[in-house]
Amino acid sequence: MATGEPLLEVTDLVKHFPIKEGLLIDREVDQVRAVDGVSFSVARGQTLGLVGESGSGKSTVCRAMLQLLKPTAGSVRFEGEEIAGLSRRRLRPLRREMQMIFQDPYASLNPRKRVGQIVGDPLKLQGVASGGQLRTQVQELLERVGLSSEHYDRYPHEFSGGQRQRIGIARAVALKPKLVVADEPVSALDVSIQAQIINLLDDLQDELGLTYVFVAHDIGVVRHISDRVAVMHEGKIVEQGSADQVCEHPTDAYTKKLLAAVPIPDPRESRARRQGAASPS
Amino acid sequence: MARFVARRLAGMVLVLFVVSLLVFAIFNVIPNSDPAQRMAGKNAEPILVKSIEEDWGFDEPLPVQYWSMMEKVFSGELISYGDELNVDERILEGIPATFSLCIGAAVIWLFFGILFGYLSATRAGGWLDRALTVGSVAGISIPVFLIAAVLLYLFTYKIELFPASGYVPLLDDPLQWAYHLILPWFTLAVLNIGFYSRVLRSNMLDVMREDYVRTARAKGLDERRVLIRHVLRNSLIPVITLFGLDFGATIGGGAIITEAIFSLGGVGQYAADSITNLDLPPLMAITLFGAFFVVFFNAVTDVVYAYLDPRIRLGSSAQ
Amino acid sequence: MSPQALLSVKDLRVGFATEGGLLQAVGGVSFDLAAGEVLAIVGESGSGKSVTAQTILGLTRSPNARIEGSVRLRDAELLDAGEDELRKVRGERIGMVFQDPMTSFNPVYRVGAQIVEAIRAHRHDVSSQAANDRAVELLDSVGIPDAERRVDDYPHEFSGGMRQRAMIAMALSLEPEVLIADEPTTALDVTIQAQILRLLEGLNRERNLATILITHDLGVVAEVADRVMVMYAGRVVEEGTLDEIFYDPQHPYTWGLLGSLTRLDRPRPARLPQISGAPPSLLAPPTGCAFRPRCPHEFGKCAELPALEARLADAPSHCDRCWLSPERKREKRQVAGQIGLEAPA
Repeated sequence: MATGEPLLEVTDLVKHFPIKEGLLIDREVDQVRAVDGVSFSVARGQTLGLVGESGSGKSTVCRAMLQLLKPTAGSVRFEGEEIAGLSRRRLRPLRREMQMIFQDPYASLNPRKRVGQIVGDPLKLQGVASGGQLRTQVQELLERVGLSSEHYDRYPHEFSGGQRQRIGIARAVALKPKLVVADEPVSALDVSIQAQIINLLDDLQDELGLTYVFVAHDIGVVRHISDRVAVMHEGKIVEQGSADQVCEHPTDAYTKKLLAAVPIPDPRESRARRQGAASPS
Repeated sequence: MARFVARRLAGMVLVLFVVSLLVFAIFNVIPNSDPAQRMAGKNAEPILVKSIEEDWGFDEPLPVQYWSMMEKVFSGELISYGDELNVDERILEGIPATFSLCIGAAVIWLFFGILFGYLSATRAGGWLDRALTVGSVAGISIPVFLIAAVLLYLFTYKIELFPASGYVPLLDDPLQWAYHLILPWFTLAVLNIGFYSRVLRSNMLDVMREDYVRTARAKGLDERRVLIRHVLRNSLIPVITLFGLDFGATIGGGAIITEAIFSLGGVGQYAADSITNLDLPPLMAITLFGAFFVVFFNAVTDVVYAYLDPRIRLGSSAQ
Repeated sequence: MSPQALLSVKDLRVGFATEGGLLQAVGGVSFDLAAGEVLAIVGESGSGKSVTAQTILGLTRSPNARIEGSVRLRDAELLDAGEDELRKVRGERIGMVFQDPMTSFNPVYRVGAQIVEAIRAHRHDVSSQAANDRAVELLDSVGIPDAERRVDDYPHEFSGGMRQRAMIAMALSLEPEVLIADEPTTALDVTIQAQILRLLEGLNRERNLATILITHDLGVVAEVADRVMVMYAGRVVEEGTLDEIFYDPQHPYTWGLLGSLTRLDRPRPARLPQISGAPPSLLAPPTGCAFRPRCPHEFGKCAELPALEARLADAPSHCDRCWLSPERKREKRQVAGQIGLEAPA
């Protein structure tokens, strides 16, 4: 369902963290090039998968993109408008349209707030609803993500990791944003729960017409949910293309290495691959 | 390392400067602190007061007074307003008593604090733990002067076991030196023993849950080794750093009440007397003396901390 | 069950007394480990796999733990052994590697010193110089370059993969017969994981090192295991050889695990087959089959806890806990052309 203009367009995004040293006064001596010139675009209703290992910069890209960190350089266009470097005040109305889901379901929910409050806060802050209407909307949201409306009054610690992640998702989609950035949303979950959450995200995308940027280190999961995939290594994108293309016919050496390292959950195939690797071809 | 030292020296100069300004400013704002009036006595003639002012330079503008006082502090020529004696000399005379008190008390509180904390943590939930907990909280809550008063009453009056006051220099008579200091040592140490044992207990209970303690057991180490080389060693790091700061603060003035009650004649007692007499020069010098030690021990603490925890190393850049 | 099993666990039960009642973490687990064999224990959180492994070494002993059953290492019974006896086993006859190498090393001691400590705890007559030389040798044997220098480094100066190698070296420093590896690669990047698995495989082959590998990752299992034991809610629900588990799985939970895997070598399914619901609370476990609330194939008999039995005539070592007949199982596990649990409508 992609229209002509991409929803999100990132060009030459750079985020450096300074390393400071000096005798009496700190001077910048070097930089950590977390994101070193990254470009991609995401069409409306599509999913871009960003995959890489630890230190590749993928989480930093998410934060710099959403202006949670100020980019060092580069352009981020959301619906055609430049948002990189915008002031907090100017960004505020845009926050409705861009939301984030975080990795750690145990750390990303305020343990002192009730679930109803956590999910309802975005609605309240943006002035969408209040009072009884707010409560009804939040309860509907909870049901939609697979929880029950009675969970409204409970606290996060009463839930399992998978359920907490559902709460985080409910919070993220409460304002019906256009773009949702999911930073490793299933990595901390058990395998059988991961599939549930991925299916939920898929369903929500169809229902609400969401556009996703999905970050993960598990290339199998990324491939399943994404239309396009970008592979990150040391702050740069080394390969991008359609999901099938990148995963089945990689051209970059690092991508090939990454794919070759993924264990195949099939003993015969696994043995064959290792024998094939052992003997010269 | 050079960078660390340079920064700390610069910081120290800044701190001492600000402290001195503050002391000077406070002094010139407090009512009844006019030194000329105090020197002249009650109902003195205005002419007398004026001549004192001229002699001592109290009629000069404040910044000039400040500057000349600072010069005298560092050249050793500072004279107190109260008894017209040399301040710096008096401080030097008081140092042995103050150091004896503080160092002795510190050794005692470290030893017992660690011992009780270790016992509490390794027998957590048991009767010994509960007894030590109650003792610690009591020790922390009871004010120093009350402890001193109780000890004096019990051990110098009821049972005449210890002397009630006075300081005997170490080199003169070591036995008498210690004998006179036992009560003051314990007075000063009680509060900290309670505090340190609580802190160590809490740290040890946390560390016991760490993964590397499990690894140590899985390697087949005996329990005593696990507790001491793995649990205690790591639990002590915050305790030692706390100690560095506490010790600096104690020498810097925390021992004032104890010194005064036991009439030990140290720097703290000098400070107590000067406060009563609102005598600026000694207070300025003693405050600077105290501030110097606090800053110094702060820096030493940071160095020791880096030595104890290899993840924090000063002056090294990231891998 | 081989009569000459190196390690034999029988009906192991581990419960923890908590404020909410007795938490039965392990509810009757039995298995044998032969010399040189690699056994993978697969399960998710709450399955009891880690508690089982740690109980073998007596690491779960505590005032509120209730431990029953038997753990025999050759002729020695470990479960009720005294602390002194147990200490001789730990590190010397059974070595253990844990999940997170960063937190599993003491951060204030050098890596070499920690290996030396392990050696000298068991061999009192070895000099510290000799122990240090041995530590260098060990680091080298697990593929750490420049071992002479690295032996004096602190744990935080190693990269994740190197740290795990060092941990493995330390666990093997006294040449134990059994290595227990509890999720050794979960905290590592996939490229590093591949290297560590190669290392473990090599060690198993070269030294005939019996290995218990605990993991939730079936891909890892496929690469290194000889036999597989699937655990759920504190019990073994299926056990067999690697091929038996992957190609002829008998328990619906196993189907669910296999089905929810993403396969890079196959086309993407429209929807990822999932297992609905969540693992049961171990404080109030359901009676009968623990998987019943999540199983689309459950029927009346499931109210009775199935025994762990071999139900296939031609595979006596392939056991499972499911009342369905073998024919039914073969039929029901086929979902959209491959093995899985029923995908939701």
